[in-house]
Amino acid sequence: MAESDNIVVETAEKIFADLADPQTINNDRKDSWQAPLWQALSEAGLPLSWVPDDLGGSGASLADGFALLNAAGRFAVAVPLAETMLAGWLLAQAKIASPEGEMTVLPASPKDRITLAADGSLSGRARGVPFAKAAKHFAVLAHGRDGASIALVDASKGRIESGLNVGYDHSDTVTLDKVQPVTLRPAPKGFDQTTMMLMGGVARSLQIAGALEAMLDISVRYSNERVAFEKKISKFQAVQHNLARLAGESAAALAAATSAADAIANARTFDDEVYLEAASAKIRCAEAAEKGGAIAHQVHGAIGFTLEHILHRYSLRALAWRDDFGSESHWAVELGKLIANRGADELWPLVASR
Amino acid sequence: MTAALRFDPIRLPEKCEQLRKEVRAFLAEEIAAGTFDPHKPNREDTDAPEFSRRVGAKGWLGMTWPKKYGGQERSFLERYVVTEEMRVANAPTRRFFVADRQSGPVLIKYAPEHIKMDILPRICRGEICFAIGMSEPNSGSDLFAAKTRATKTDGGYLINGTKIWTSSAHIADYMIAIFRTSPPTKENRRHGLTQFLVKMKQPGIQVNPIGQITGQYEFNEVVFTDFFVPDDHVLGEVDGAWKQATSELAYERSGPERFLETYYVLTELVRAVGPNPDTRSAEGIGRLVAQLHTMRRMSVSVAGMLQAGKEPVVEASIVKDIGTVWEQQLPHRVRDLAAFVEETATNRETLERQLDFAIKTAPKLTIQGGTTEVLRGIIARGLGLR
Repeated sequence: MAESDNIVVETAEKIFADLADPQTINNDRKDSWQAPLWQALSEAGLPLSWVPDDLGGSGASLADGFALLNAAGRFAVAVPLAETMLAGWLLAQAKIASPEGEMTVLPASPKDRITLAADGSLSGRARGVPFAKAAKHFAVLAHGRDGASIALVDASKGRIESGLNVGYDHSDTVTLDKVQPVTLRPAPKGFDQTTMMLMGGVARSLQIAGALEAMLDISVRYSNERVAFEKKISKFQAVQHNLARLAGESAAALAAATSAADAIANARTFDDEVYLEAASAKIRCAEAAEKGGAIAHQVHGAIGFTLEHILHRYSLRALAWRDDFGSESHWAVELGKLIANRGADELWPLVASR
Repeated sequence: MTAALRFDPIRLPEKCEQLRKEVRAFLAEEIAAGTFDPHKPNREDTDAPEFSRRVGAKGWLGMTWPKKYGGQERSFLERYVVTEEMRVANAPTRRFFVADRQSGPVLIKYAPEHIKMDILPRICRGEICFAIGMSEPNSGSDLFAAKTRATKTDGGYLINGTKIWTSSAHIADYMIAIFRTSPPTKENRRHGLTQFLVKMKQPGIQVNPIGQITGQYEFNEVVFTDFFVPDDHVLGEVDGAWKQATSELAYERSGPERFLETYYVLTELVRAVGPNPDTRSAEGIGRLVAQLHTMRRMSVSVAGMLQAGKEPVVEASIVKDIGTVWEQQLPHRVRDLAAFVEETATNRETLERQLDFAIKTAPKLTIQGGTTEVLRGIIARGLGLR
């Protein structure tokens, strides 16, 4: 997806280039870039890409939205774009209209659960909720006696303990204590928390892949500029081979993430095949974030370790995104159980089904 | 972006799935008939000439080639399915694999018509085996340092010198080799090598098997002494082999054989841990499957791009780099995970025997067909670093 071949991505890239330039943002200590960026994205209808027209969104396809997230990763975009997109998507599953403004989704971890009481109120604690502090509304997946429900909740009704992830973005704990939602509807048949985690995981995978593309790009550029021992460091074979490995990690992340996105965009249900794709993407992209990010830093030397340099905007975010919607360890255990349960002779048929 | 790597999410078309069923059914019959044991990758019967003919009779050799040469004019993605199913089943493909993947396409591109009409249909029927004569005692990765000479004589060339590490030379009917027809020039050290078709099993060629650390004898030293090759066996441009070698690499480097060589130990591990694995085993298996799935998607993507007429040389090199490193580490990761498998697991002995073989196989995987170092050099060039 290095070339933008759809209008949604083109629009987004233009906005990112104008208002989310990593160097400009990095120099801005007061975060004054955030409001204009969010406003431009909102005016272009991008945060509600996955919400149909009749529910207040811009009705873009799943595929276009996924491509947009990949582009957002290439700019290490640090406003709740992915989160609002996911929230809008979740609400749309239950035909709930999306309000204006920033949103996020909860729970954001497969371990947390929000429960729905008989009186229609929601309770529970969700940890590591991205951008909860910036959100005007939460899109919530809750479990009650009759199964899963989807709710729109006014963010001011929840208690928020503020926190930051390793990428310095908000990752907060949200506690709902008998909160009455704005709207509550049953989730569609078969839609459960795993579905939501897989979708969130693929979103994060695409962002990680985008960040790795950018890390490869700036690392290659830097190695062609920096001189040491009287030659460009790109001429040292050890550096070349490190960058070749970074290209491999970037490629693996891109392939895994775009494959999973394509699988979801064309899926009727979240069956074992889609599960394999989405879980694999999160696992492999998280591994690539670690290995690839380490090489990008190694190539940059000390300058890449400074706050002044933009590398950390990508490297730390890619590491932070590993934790959202189930870490790679979580998905590896779950995928491993699925594989073991299907049995040895069903492994290859599953892999080859994709 | 300096590096626009592309991995389009290509899916195998519907017709591939029908073909896959046919291949699986065929392999199941062969296994039932005792042709090979899918649990024994270290079988001795690497030759399996009858199996080779039966695969040919199915139309699965040279399947992408023109019909007039015995091919089926099917797509590269269909060939992909046949290749991966054979590989996963541990089928004895040694006799036809090189001819089907590499030698046939070279002949189609560079051989005179009468040679194509003679040889290609026999490859398609699974009758003949090919070897590749690249490495020499003093030139491996540095292909263009080859010294084996082809000296012009009446009606052809006389070959003198030695090729080495030549897989299957002991059973091969033909070899496609590069020989030196001129010295390199100052401007171009790659100049002066020519690609030839060599008919094996003739006086003037001596094949000496070389034992491998696996205990097998699959590769050889091949000594040429005043061996005559006729003019019409020259493939392509005299002195210009360097122009012909690179375009094949994408095909050669990105196939399923580049990450499935030790796959069988993963299947056997899943069997050994059973349906209710502990957390450690589950996580280990989950990661390995995620990595495998990702590589396969990359490999299929490259196959699809090739089918679409693109030349994803860097992407193909990445697939081989990541794939071969993975299949090399796989037996060791499986060994780690198998450490706590119950002593009573029914397939424990099979797994241990397989691990023993896979661990011995592992070192060659990042050497054959282009070392990791060479691949990373190609990737670095693609990134604009050299």
